Amino acid sequence: MRSQQPVEMILLRQVASYLTIPMWLMDGHGNLIYYNEPAEGLLGIQFDDAGPIHADQLSEMFRVTTLDGAPLAEHDFPIVSALNKRSPSHDSVRYCGMDGIWRDVAVSAIPVEGQGGRFLGVFATFWEIGD
Amino acid sequence: MRFRLWGTRGSIAVAGPDTVRYGGDTSAVEVECAGDRLVILDGGSGLRPLQADTGPADRVDILLSHLHMDHVQGLPFFPPLLDPDVEVHIWGPISTTRTLRERISRYLSPPLFPIRVRDLANVMFHDVVPGEFQLGSIHVTADLITHPGSTLGYRLVEDGSALVYMPDHEPALGHRDFPNGPDWTSGFGLAQGADVLIHDAQYTDEEYRERVGWGHTGVSHLAAFAEMTGVEKLVTFHHDPSHRDVDLDEFHAHLESLVDGPEVIRGTPGLRVEV
Repeated sequence: MRSQQPVEMILLRQVASYLTIPMWLMDGHGNLIYYNEPAEGLLGIQFDDAGPIHADQLSEMFRVTTLDGAPLAEHDFPIVSALNKRSPSHDSVRYCGMDGIWRDVAVSAIPVEGQGGRFLGVFATFWEIGD
Repeated sequence: MRFRLWGTRGSIAVAGPDTVRYGGDTSAVEVECAGDRLVILDGGSGLRPLQADTGPADRVDILLSHLHMDHVQGLPFFPPLLDPDVEVHIWGPISTTRTLRERISRYLSPPLFPIRVRDLANVMFHDVVPGEFQLGSIHVTADLITHPGSTLGYRLVEDGSALVYMPDHEPALGHRDFPNGPDWTSGFGLAQGADVLIHDAQYTDEEYRERVGWGHTGVSHLAAFAEMTGVEKLVTFHHDPSHRDVDLDEFHAHLESLVDGPEVIRGTPGLRVEV
């Protein structure tokens, strides 16, 4: 049988689709299951073209450093941290998306926990940091 | 497994000559299974005629989809809850803040009602986390579905036959391209391939357009959901209280014209279906 996204993620996706804030939805395994149109501008690729992105592919598609350009350990990236620790995480980072452009962004990642303590994934917002 | 509809109306019970055929009592479905036990879906006003007909059982399990009044108002009128010789188990969606017993006690306590939860005889409450559990010969899968507040749909399987119950459900909500993309459709996982789906049939398409987000289904979305899930039989349920019998005849004629595949069965009180 085909699986179905949890209703909490379905409703989060609906909220994200109405917001002007770039937003990602990750499932509990770290797969990027949705990002909204404002996030497409930051990532350099449309969701309809990319579709869901497996966790293993993400690190190959997006390069991330500190704001100084120093290497950033994968587990220190807020989304990975929120996934692993199941607690909120925030940081400002520099990253390069599919369009090859480096951007400075503040990333906030919040774990999604459903009724009964079900860990469903993470939603993350991205704020581009101006000059 | 067989089931029988007792309460088919949504939102509030109605009475009068215009609602005779499609019924006036709110949600209650009797599920006949092996053994001397009774399984009931929801506790609306249909519980009262149900008990009058079925007689006593040693054990009764009531699966509540959610706690809106039209799904619980029949509970204190259901004699087994006051009978110490009958073991009653009430199952309902878990909440972050209060237990199922505490939430039901907000209704079963003065000034809303003279009987308190502590006056009930042999009743056990179960806070249901989305997942699976066993009720005698019936394997139950529960999952959250889109409706305001925490609401469960149930899939009951016995001897390989599956009955799915979604009395209040808005499957198109949160969907960018309904009915495409079943992965992002609420209720799809539960209903997929079921032998019988009992589903919300509250609105015409015109009514739905004015009430998006209220948690119910318009007729075109109902047809699309039934086809998407590939169910064999679709039983309409939770009829809008403003819909008269003549309106529901028209509604169902429209639904039948839209559905190509599943058999449409008009949900009426007393209807008995073999799953």
